[in-house]
Parts: sequence; structure tokens; C-alpha cells
Amino acid sequence: MTETKSFVEIRHAQKSYGTLEVLKDISLNVERGQIVAIIGPSGSGKSTLLRAINDLDPLTGGEVWLDGVQVNKNLPHNQYEKHINQMRQDIGMVFQHFNLFPHLSVRDNVTMAPKLLKKISDKEADKLAEEQLDHVGMLERIDYYPAQLSGGQKQRVAIARALAMKPKLMLFDEATSALDPELVEEVNLVMKKLAQEHMTMIIVTHEMDFAASVCDRVLFMDKGVVVEEGPPEQVFKNPTQERTRNFLRKHLEGAK
Amino acid sequence: MDIELILKVYPYFLKAAVITVELSVLTIVLGLICGALGAASRLSRFAILRFIGAAYVSFFRGTPALIQLFLLYFGGPQIGIQLDAFQAGVIGLGVNIGAYMTETMRGAIVAVDRGQTEAARTLGLSKAQAFRKVTLPQALRLMIRPLGVNINAQIKGTALVSAISVVELTYTAQRYIGSTYKPFEMFFLAGVLYLIIITAVGKGVSFLDRKVRIQ
Ligand SMILES: Nc1ncnc2c1ncn2[C@@H]1O[C@H](COP(=O)(O)OP(=O)(O)O)[C@@H](O)[C@H]1O
Ligand SMILES: [Mg+2]
Repeated sequence: MTETKSFVEIRHAQKSYGTLEVLKDISLNVERGQIVAIIGPSGSGKSTLLRAINDLDPLTGGEVWLDGVQVNKNLPHNQYEKHINQMRQDIGMVFQHFNLFPHLSVRDNVTMAPKLLKKISDKEADKLAEEQLDHVGMLERIDYYPAQLSGGQKQRVAIARALAMKPKLMLFDEATSALDPELVEEVNLVMKKLAQEHMTMIIVTHEMDFAASVCDRVLFMDKGVVVEEGPPEQVFKNPTQERTRNFLRKHLEGAK
Repeated sequence: MDIELILKVYPYFLKAAVITVELSVLTIVLGLICGALGAASRLSRFAILRFIGAAYVSFFRGTPALIQLFLLYFGGPQIGIQLDAFQAGVIGLGVNIGAYMTETMRGAIVAVDRGQTEAARTLGLSKAQAFRKVTLPQALRLMIRPLGVNINAQIKGTALVSAISVVELTYTAQRYIGSTYKPFEMFFLAGVLYLIIITAVGKGVSFLDRKVRIQ
């Protein structure tokens, strides 16, 4: 095993569904506090890559490392389950469709996992919920149920739920794609706030302006490979690859 | 309609209705247990359990309940199973309705959005924790109404045990026809009592469903 240097390292990630190769030898390093955006056309493998990081979609080849520990370690089934459950506590994930627990109040959505996994008291849990919900501007809705919230509010609660586990890394899979346009900004603001607090984040997004404004680095993926990678000024303003230019042009036309 | 006759015999019908209620409660409890075990088997990660679950469901849903009852009550002694009629009725009908409940419960569990389990697993919950805290509470809410349908069918299904001489409502009606020659009054009275039981249970199910429904 080679020693890791970066906070997050993806080494030669490969993923196939049967004969369909969805990820083709992808490597990616992310430093502590860095924010990386992944862009690319639909079906290019962005979600698959992101979901490989916390092993929601296990890779068929390659390694994922976080803070010096291999996430997708080769272990016997039972040991692996323990290991991955532990690792996932450090990796927050935010989904396009929020996936809030509809049977739990906003408070319980946030505290369910910490109470169960970190054995914190009810009092500590209440404090945690208040803190995290205040952070995303949802403290007033603490005793509501998910169905009583707007999409933007749901997503902010989902972010608070992930943050309540005090993760080292946050993954966002098109967190604003399912939102009405007027609700996108409130979620972007929360993500910008996390950026200012130096949370390490990997963000799959269709919003180029947002990516340009918060990210240190942008990856353009197409058909399972990283076509181009660099600081946002470069990838967005002076892309070196034809495929990137095409994608950005189409995207710009689509946005108008 | 001979109202006087109805007024005369109805206390006996009430007694029989109590037996029908007892049969219903016991078969439903047994059915729920079989259903939970059946659903757990059908969703197990072990192929052998999945096979047993599927075989259970297809046998009990694929043959008439009356045949199952006869097999147990009349055929049982031949292979060393001695049950009185009431016991045979409870076990036969309970295991039968359990097959339907297996499918109801399994259906409710798989109907819970996969994203729910993913969100729970992402937070670090184990499979079992995710099931207990996230999937099951939602599935239980989804199963109340369809289980209500199974229960409704089961209450009416208890009439089958009249065929093995358990003295419940249907059997009682038949017996009083033998002495009164008034089938209309007797079946009418039995029907009204079934209707009362089923309406009450239906109201209970609706109440429970409304109470736990997710807004
Ligand atoms: N469970 C699966 N089975 C088969 N193919 C899949 C599965 N999940 C994703 N894919 C395929 O993998 C490719 C990449 O999907 P995805 O990572 O979701 O793309 P993106 O997020 O960039 O839109 C697509 O072609 C998709 O159809
Ligand atoms: Mg995707």
C-alpha cells in the first residue's frame, strides 16, 4: 500500500455495470478544505463517482482514501460492514431529492443518527439540532415535518442532518437540481457558508456560476473519464479540450 | 320476515358471533406472525429463505382455503396431527391469511423509497439500524390499509370453519335453519352480525391509518 498524501484520494477508480463501463480509470486528489466541482453531461458518471466515495455504489476497481484510511478496504463481509459504517460517519452526503425521513420531525431528522451512533444524551441532541438548524437558517422549523417544508428548506435541513455527524468531507449530488429556480439561492448560500468555514467538499453541479464562485477546482467529466481539470477560470474561460468547449457552449445556450 | 323468531334466537347468534370474533382475532394474530416471518424470508439475503417464503405464499394462495382446512382437520390425524375443530380452524385459516399478509407486508417494505435507506446508510447506520429506524416505521404506516383488507377478508373467511362444525355464526345459522325452516331470517341475522363486526373493525383500521399517516 502506498502512503497517501492528499486528504481525499481516488486512485484509478473503475466501475462497470455488466459490460457498460461507467468510470474509466479516474484519479482525483482533494486537499483538506478544498472544494472541487464536478460538471459534465447527464450519464457521464458524476453520481457514480461521488457515490463510490462513500461506497454507496462500490467500485469494481481502484481505491478511495480519506484522511489516510482506505474507504473501500478489502475485508471479510462483517468486518467490512463495521468499517464502512464508521467511515460513512465522516462523509456527509446531500442528495438531489433530499431524502429526508418523512416520519421524523426536522429535529429528529438531524439527531436520529448522532443519538444512535454517538450515544449522545437527549439534551446534547437538542443542542446539536438547534446549532445545526440555526447554521442553515432553519431553527424556526425545528418542530415541523418534512412535508411541511419547501424544497429549499428541505435541502437545508438535509445539509444540517449531514453536518450533525461532524463529517470531514461533504458530498453534494446536484443538491439544487430538483429545486424551483427561486429556491436555489438559499441552498447555494448555505454551501457558500460551508466553503468559508473550510469544509472539504466535492460538488456535482449543473450551475456553472456557482461552481465558478466557490470552487477551487473544476473537473469536467464525459463518458466515464475526466476530460479536463483545473481552476474554474481556466476550465470555464479557456478550456483546452474540444469536448469541454462543446459542453459549455451547449450549456450556455440551454441556460438562455 | 319473522321478527318474533329473530328476537327469540338472536341471543344464540350473539354467542356464536363471539366465537366468530375469537376465531378472527386468533387467526389474524397468527396471520400477522406468519406474515412478518414470511416477509422477512422473502426479503432475506439467503436464497434458501427466499425460496421457502415464496413456496409458502404460492401454496397457500394457490389452493382453496377450504381444502387446506380439510387437509389439516381430516387429513391431519393420518399423519399424527390431532386437532379439535376450533384449533384446526385457527391454525388452518391463520397460516392461510399469513400468506396474503406476507405479500402485503413485503409490498409495503419495498414501496419505501430506496433513497431512504441510502440516506440512512450514508449517515453511518448499519443495514439493520436503517431498517429499524427508517424503513420499517414508514412501511408500517403503508401496510395498515392493505392489512385492513386482509383482515376484512379473514373475518368473512371464518365462515369456512362451519364446514368442520365449529359453532360460529355461519354454522349456527345453518343449525337453526334445520329446526326453523326459515333460511332467510337466519342468514339475514347472521349477515347483520358479520356486517357489524366488519364495520367496527373497518372503522378501527381507518382511525389507526389516519392517526399515523405521514402528512
Ligand atoms: N444501477 C445501474 N445499473 C446500470 N447502469 C447504471 C446504474 N447506475 C448508473 N448507470 C449508468 O451509469 C452511467 C453513469 O450514470 P451516473 O453516474 O448517474 O451519471 P451522471 O450522474 O453523470 O448523470 C449512465 O449511463 C447510467 O445509465
Ligand atoms: Mg447524476
